[in-house]
Amino acid sequence: MNDLDLEPFLLSFKLAGVTTLILFIIALPIAWWLSQTKCRCKPFVEAVVSLPIVLPPSVIGFYILFALSYNSPIGAFFEETFGIKLVFNFTGLVIASCFYSFPFMVQPLQGGFESLNKNMLEASYIAGKSTLQTVMRVALPNIKPALMTALIITFAHTVGEFGVVLMVGGSIPGETKVASVAIYEFVEVMDYSQAHIYSAIMITLSFVVLLGVYFFNQRHNRRIGIST
Amino acid sequence: MIDIKISKHLQGSLSNIEMNVELVIKEHDFVALTGQSGSGKTTLLRILAGLEEAVGTVTVDDELWLAPKKSLPPQQRGIGLVFQDYALFDNMSVEQNLLYANKDKALSRHLLEMTELTGLKERLPRTLSGGQKQRVSLCRALMRRPRLLLMDEPLSALDPQMRTKLQHDILTLHKEFGTTTIMVSHDPSEIYRLASRVIVLDHGKIVQDGSPKDVLLKTQGSQKFSLTGELLDIIKADVIHIAVVAIGQQIVEVVLDEAEAATFKIGERVQVSTKAFSPSLSRLAP
Repeated sequence: MNDLDLEPFLLSFKLAGVTTLILFIIALPIAWWLSQTKCRCKPFVEAVVSLPIVLPPSVIGFYILFALSYNSPIGAFFEETFGIKLVFNFTGLVIASCFYSFPFMVQPLQGGFESLNKNMLEASYIAGKSTLQTVMRVALPNIKPALMTALIITFAHTVGEFGVVLMVGGSIPGETKVASVAIYEFVEVMDYSQAHIYSAIMITLSFVVLLGVYFFNQRHNRRIGIST
Repeated sequence: MIDIKISKHLQGSLSNIEMNVELVIKEHDFVALTGQSGSGKTTLLRILAGLEEAVGTVTVDDELWLAPKKSLPPQQRGIGLVFQDYALFDNMSVEQNLLYANKDKALSRHLLEMTELTGLKERLPRTLSGGQKQRVSLCRALMRRPRLLLMDEPLSALDPQMRTKLQHDILTLHKEFGTTTIMVSHDPSEIYRLASRVIVLDHGKIVQDGSPKDVLLKTQGSQKFSLTGELLDIIKADVIHIAVVAIGQQIVEVVLDEAEAATFKIGERVQVSTKAFSPSLSRLAP
């Protein structure tokens, strides 16, 4: 058995970490808006946000390739202006993951915000606080389980993605070859022992992460007096 | 002085109503808003707070809060609002709830002392009783020294003893801070004790406006006293009929003759009054 190459795992976690951070910043205002708006366009926006859950990853991958490759206006603009390639590298993976994991960040946050007592938010406005101050100091601290779920599930979901990564990133070692892609390649070349090790590590890590989330939520609910 | 001229279309559970309110409130007044549910009391309060839109104008002293194409956001109105469900910030301690509204430590200490909450200032809201929570909410509303204090049925979720204590707190703070106060309430004794003016809303319109005595005392002409209640039952006993009437939490019996009994229907709102006798008042055992 060869030495275990940890690079694909590190790459998976780096990708998941960067994606989670970016998505939190992007999804927070959208989740807030969706939770507060009475706009008739809300179902439309919600449907668009949820699309990545139902679409095959290949569809997302295909459109991202189509939109960001050098042959497209966006891809050409970035490459000519900033010298940045948007596909078949780590940047491309991050962009693709952000699309793919978007609903996993928005939905728990939106649900958390919707469950808040509206009077509490209004009390904050009357206390002279802006929407941003209200979100950061009143809304977010009072939806900790939803916040935790959003962050962890987005992270875990990004670690677990395969199809989009393969289409947009390919399998460049150290650049786009993440753990799930590495397992796929081991199976293709019939190196089942390595595939077993990698898969076992993935299962263990994923289980520990999810267990952590549910433990946290249970403890939190007990503390605030909700029986579970 | 607060000058209110507003209208708003309200979608009620049973029917839609047009709210039309024209009202001038003097500075430092304590106004009670009352009326049946769905009459627009809370809506009026929320419009004054800037939490709900309406057509018309609201002028406070020389400041325009609401005008065509202009609505001052709630943050800039200088108001305090006490909610029926307290609406405390669950993630903050009692003291932090107050300091969030205004970082004036001396004022928060003073308010907590006045409402006997000093010993609880480190506690989180979920560990407090209803009465304690509402006192925190009242203190928080006063932290920005509001010109206008709005209260939406602040005491309706509390037991009678706690109500009496909080009524005292409210009155003391209203006087000390010199606020103009508008309180939604259904409790006549509370209104009588606190308010200097009562406004009765019905279907979005003001139907009565006067001193608590004028509005709340329901005697007419030569009646010595009169109580309103619901007719629960009419029982025939030999030649007479006995009407059973629920007045507040009490049940009373009134004797009727046959002809009178025939004119009433069970479930009707009725008035119990007397002219001939002078009612006597005696102290109850505590």
